[in-house]
Amino acid sequence: MSDQQVNTLERKPVILIIVTLVVILIGSVVTALLPFFMEGMEVKIDTVRPYTALELEGRDLYMREGCNNCHTQTVRPLRDEVLRYGEFSKSGEFAYDHPFLWGSKRTGPDLARIGGKYPDSWHVQHMVDPRSIVPQSNMPSYAFMADRPLDGSTIQSKMEALRTVGVPYTDEEIAAAPATLTGKTEMDAIIAYLQVLGTMINKAPVETVTDSTAVADSTAAPADSAAVTPAEAR
Amino acid sequence: MKMNKKHEVTMEERYDSWPVKAYTYSMIIWGIASLLYGILISLQLVYPEWNFGEWFSYGRLRPIHTNGGAFGFGLSGIFALSYYMVPRLTKSPLFLPGIAKLNFWIYNFTIAAAVITLHLGFSTTKEYAELEWPIDLLVVIVWVLWALNMVGTILTKKVDKMYVSLWYIIATVLGVAVLYIFNNLAVPASLFKSYSLYAGVNDANVQWWYGHNAVAFVFTTPILAIFFYFFPKVTNLPLYSHRLSIVAFWSLVFMYLWTGAHHLIWTPVPDWIQTVAIAFSLMLIAPSWGSVINGYMTMGNNWEQMKTNYLAKFFIMGITFYGLQTLQGPSQAIRSISSLIHYTDWVPGHVHMGTMGWFAMTIMASFYYVIPKIYKTELYSVKLANTHFWLVFTGQIIYSISMWIAGIMQGAMWKATNPDGSLKYTFQDSITASYPYWDLRALGGVIFLAGALVFAYNIFKTIQKGSNASAKTEGAV
Repeated sequence: MSDQQVNTLERKPVILIIVTLVVILIGSVVTALLPFFMEGMEVKIDTVRPYTALELEGRDLYMREGCNNCHTQTVRPLRDEVLRYGEFSKSGEFAYDHPFLWGSKRTGPDLARIGGKYPDSWHVQHMVDPRSIVPQSNMPSYAFMADRPLDGSTIQSKMEALRTVGVPYTDEEIAAAPATLTGKTEMDAIIAYLQVLGTMINKAPVETVTDSTAVADSTAAPADSAAVTPAEAR
Repeated sequence: MKMNKKHEVTMEERYDSWPVKAYTYSMIIWGIASLLYGILISLQLVYPEWNFGEWFSYGRLRPIHTNGGAFGFGLSGIFALSYYMVPRLTKSPLFLPGIAKLNFWIYNFTIAAAVITLHLGFSTTKEYAELEWPIDLLVVIVWVLWALNMVGTILTKKVDKMYVSLWYIIATVLGVAVLYIFNNLAVPASLFKSYSLYAGVNDANVQWWYGHNAVAFVFTTPILAIFFYFFPKVTNLPLYSHRLSIVAFWSLVFMYLWTGAHHLIWTPVPDWIQTVAIAFSLMLIAPSWGSVINGYMTMGNNWEQMKTNYLAKFFIMGITFYGLQTLQGPSQAIRSISSLIHYTDWVPGHVHMGTMGWFAMTIMASFYYVIPKIYKTELYSVKLANTHFWLVFTGQIIYSISMWIAGIMQGAMWKATNPDGSLKYTFQDSITASYPYWDLRALGGVIFLAGALVFAYNIFKTIQKGSNASAKTEGAV
């Protein structure tokens, strides 16, 4: 930059404002805006579906209580993480997550593959009194959710708002939603959400193994082949 | 910067000190509140019985601590000091003094609303952008009102050239506006519930583009504006290099925006985005250290001021922590290091070196200069200011070092395997092992709070002294 150019910027605030804005926008456009239009950003997974009304309410409770402040929802493609939590996370799994809930700090374990790992009764007990299951746990008790009726009064406007941002809820699903929430507690909802987390990629039809060679091949398959099972109770 | 003494007095009278005075109070109130929340949540991590029901449980309180610190304490300080600096640097009275008052009241209403709604669980969960849409709209109003005064005053400047602090103020105005609006775009479902416009991977990418650049445009650019204005003032030394400050300015505001995805290393975000972010994070060392070197070189042959001038000590320690922060940050972006320390307590240790060491230290030191000026008196006690310095310094060191040790321990325990390849520790093992460090962290927080209270007392006493003196003069007339 020549001295003259610097002088212009030093003297003319309007020019300084415009140039600064352009400079700020360059990196923003390339790293934050362009990816929306790039194919590799989100790889579609056919078995990933929108959350049911109950799971959605559970997810909103997860957000209300700020669970994301202690629990992440991304298994990194690292050996120990795959051993501890299960298969590493795929971009397509989060297609209907408005917002994403990956978190940034693990004061508790990652929950991306928590679904189906424990029975509902385990979760109820753990949410009501975490230390009755893990004696040295520091998780707050969520006993107040156990008997509190779920407020499903806004479920239809929630689903409609989500449809506006791209979640393909049908009119029938939205019409039927309130009925599926009657008589449910907040605990029912959050457990429904926890139990679906990370399970949608496992619904793909399993290829039938026909002979011994195929077995040998499948054991040598890369780690992302859904062959890795979560280490229990970790 | 040189000007006639008589001229300075008459100019001084044209500058509106109301916003500076008002924001001083809100800074102290929100600052102390945020520290109290911080200490409470640090204790909750070790003593879960300190979660007092749903309104006071960790998950809801942590965003109050972070938002309170950044936007309650920090923005109050930034607003106060910018309302002080900008008219003086442009030699032009505040563009719209009435709007500055409105700005103050709407701002404080917004922060109060943020605290209440976060207690109630109205949260978007996007870090440092947790506020729900009605409060987001208030934030936009606050920002526009502040921007009107900043840009308006700069456009009506009575000086030929703009000093670099004004450049950084302009970057702050623009950067936060762009980031805040685009990250918070959402569709409301009810009065206090909305859903992000973006989903999954893109939402994460936009969020951390915002999240890391909140660091750029709240914790860096305005603080550099403050540093470059007040540091030469308090040391009575000219800035080492105007040219270096300009080169650092352009490279900083250009590079920062590319780095957000270093928060998303090893996630499903495409590798190229991660790699670009890592590369730009490393390059950012250059402009960051450009400012650090400019600060050090300004001291020139006058390093004895570290002993004789308590304010030089605050500013030099502040810029030193900025320098350490901007070396540590880029190193954390590297994939192998990220795989060890990401998601651990290392990261809060890193963040608090920036917030407690650089951000709070620089802001508070500037008030030691500003408050006596606008109340036309001397600081109540330099000795107390020194006490404040050593308390916040010790508190922050205890905080950061205990968290760095805990973080590496957690990362190592998560990775450790037995000879047969199975995991050596359960997740709970890593938490149980962290409890002593979390106790230590709480202690660091308490010491820091003690320092902040000494600061507040010193400022109040100075205000009292100045007000009493001016009341006497008026009485005599």
